Amino acid sequence: MWNTLARILQTGLLTESPPAPDDSASIHDTMQSDLRKILGRALCIRHVDAGSCNGCELEIVALNNPYYNIEGAGIKFVASPRHADMLLVTGPVSVNMEEALRRTYDAMPDPKWVVSVGDCGACGGVFGKSYASRGGVADVLPVNASVCGCPPSPTAILSTILNTVRPLDEKGKK
Amino acid sequence: MTVDTILKNSAILPGNLPTHYLRVNREQWLQTAADMRKENATLLSLWGADDRDRDGGFRIFAAYLLPRVVLVVEYFLTDTVAPSYSSIASFFPVAARMQRAVHDLLGISTEAPDTRGWLRHGGWPETTFPLRKDFDGDQQYPVAAAPYSFVSVEGDGVHEIAVGPVHAGTIEPGHFRFSVVGEKVLRLEERLGYTHKGVAKLFEKTLQRDGHRLAARLSGDSAVAFSWAYCVSLESITGTVCPNRALWLRALALEQERIANHLGDLGALGNDAGFAFSLTQFSKLKEDLLRVNATAFGARYLMDYVVPGGVALDLTTEARGALLTFYDALEPSVIRMHSIFEEHAGVQDRFREAGRLEKETAEQLGAIGLVARASGIACDLRAHPCSKPYDALTPKISIQTEGDVAARAQIRFEEVLESLRLCRKILADIAAGAVHATVPVAKENQIGIGLIEGWRGPVMIALETGPDESIRRCHAHDPSWQNWPLLEYAILGNIVPDFPLINKSFNLSYSGQDG
Ligand code: SF4
Repeated sequence: MWNTLARILQTGLLTESPPAPDDSASIHDTMQSDLRKILGRALCIRHVDAGSCNGCELEIVALNNPYYNIEGAGIKFVASPRHADMLLVTGPVSVNMEEALRRTYDAMPDPKWVVSVGDCGACGGVFGKSYASRGGVADVLPVNASVCGCPPSPTAILSTILNTVRPLDEKGKK
Repeated sequence: MTVDTILKNSAILPGNLPTHYLRVNREQWLQTAADMRKENATLLSLWGADDRDRDGGFRIFAAYLLPRVVLVVEYFLTDTVAPSYSSIASFFPVAARMQRAVHDLLGISTEAPDTRGWLRHGGWPETTFPLRKDFDGDQQYPVAAAPYSFVSVEGDGVHEIAVGPVHAGTIEPGHFRFSVVGEKVLRLEERLGYTHKGVAKLFEKTLQRDGHRLAARLSGDSAVAFSWAYCVSLESITGTVCPNRALWLRALALEQERIANHLGDLGALGNDAGFAFSLTQFSKLKEDLLRVNATAFGARYLMDYVVPGGVALDLTTEARGALLTFYDALEPSVIRMHSIFEEHAGVQDRFREAGRLEKETAEQLGAIGLVARASGIACDLRAHPCSKPYDALTPKISIQTEGDVAARAQIRFEEVLESLRLCRKILADIAAGAVHATVPVAKENQIGIGLIEGWRGPVMIALETGPDESIRRCHAHDPSWQNWPLLEYAILGNIVPDFPLINKSFNLSYSGQDG
């Protein structure tokens, strides 16, 4: 127990400021208050791996580490699509995942955002289109934004998530 | 036949480990499998090829790992109308799913009773075999419903729980069908193949000099292992001598990959046992490592670091310093976390006895890699005397005997510390010099085998060259093929709520096995 507490004290607080949206400066608190203003609550994300190599998942998972601490800023990964505002999709869409991806999307309440993650999600990446792959997420679902990279860094993923949500006041969701 | 006779009758194949090649007929195919079983060999992989255009038939291959050598057995099938071969699943149960996959991709069958598709879920017609040479691979089909019959368990109070393919967390897709009584698992049946991306077919449209990029993306958490296995298969075919410094840098990158994955898994294991503190701590350490990777190797995940002929980037003095500073911080943290785990009654209570895989079962079913080592089987290709550059680093292999979640966690702790020792030794002893050699264009119709001990276990690439720098066939094999069926055993008699923990302790790749 003492060992654990000592370790916690020694580690201290690590959370860094999230990336600034476009060019204005931003900190964790702004992110949180922005989300509150836009959604009135936390942003709930459902992730679906539509056929990725698992590289992109690792960077999405990293968003929960203490440096990015996105849960602390009001972004939450949820288990059910019915609780989600945003669908985060990784991978090229494999034909074997096409139906499950569509079903997940359909199960989400309107309005909703879809963000594709990684070169694969953007255009199929190295896997392209084939008998086994439909290509990018946009070939299967309407996509609001894409994060490129193989895999993209957590900062890139986070900044795309924030930029997708922010223009809401002007454009309205979806 | 004894191993000695088999090896005497065989040819030599290019490969980074001593590799023998044996051509057999229908009866010998089965007989060799029986002989290999008797010798306690491990079935590394089983795959097929369509060679009708060149030789008028199909081929089926099996690669076995013996203590000192790899044996690749090839059986040529002249029947092109209903090509078939004998199932070797009675000797090597892990062959069953690979044989089903061979049928899905090539239309070569065995007499095995389970004819359900494994990789084909209705995404392409039953009579279309994507890996055949007369199929161009780009054709798209609408998904047709393809019902899959799971084995059902009858009995009083037995009910089924179906999970997936989309899981609750940020993980890969697959389907698990549990038959349970109350909370107790009577049977688990996995259905995989959801992330099948047609990688084998894609290789045939890729140039030899680019194949490492695709190999790295078979399973993103094993990018270094797969790209290294690919490169070494091409280098052994072309007789390329990879500079010593590049070999050492590859090992450094591979150990970084091992540490990163182990740190991630240890954090998640503690978390699944209700100890969120461990996730915070280990995910911080893993992030530190990824950031050092970005400084030292130019990327957080080393997708394109290992290239044919060497590595993409030399290590600067500054990068070396950053790595050493990181290791100095990481080591005491891991040791401390280890003792925190050890003295935490809650964690120990969940880890011990959970998901036990007995040595006997593991041996019988052909366990491999980390999972095998946690069940008392001494196997790690890094310890092979011909494994370069590990022969100069003398890695210490971790073995545990309990075969439970605690054992698989303990292996990870030990391997992180041992990898740290190896990394420091590499940084201390690495020679100066070039990090890249030119790879000449390979002669056509050459087969080369690359085998690298990734963090999960041995990953294998079997590369066959075509004309003009093309790839005729490239088979990539992830050790998850072997260990997925073992998870079905490890969960038996455990309670459903322990499945996430037990599953995590295996942490197998979906994408790697789906291809
Ligand atoms: S973008 Fe790269 S890391 Fe992400 S799924 Fe595709 S290959 Fe993997």
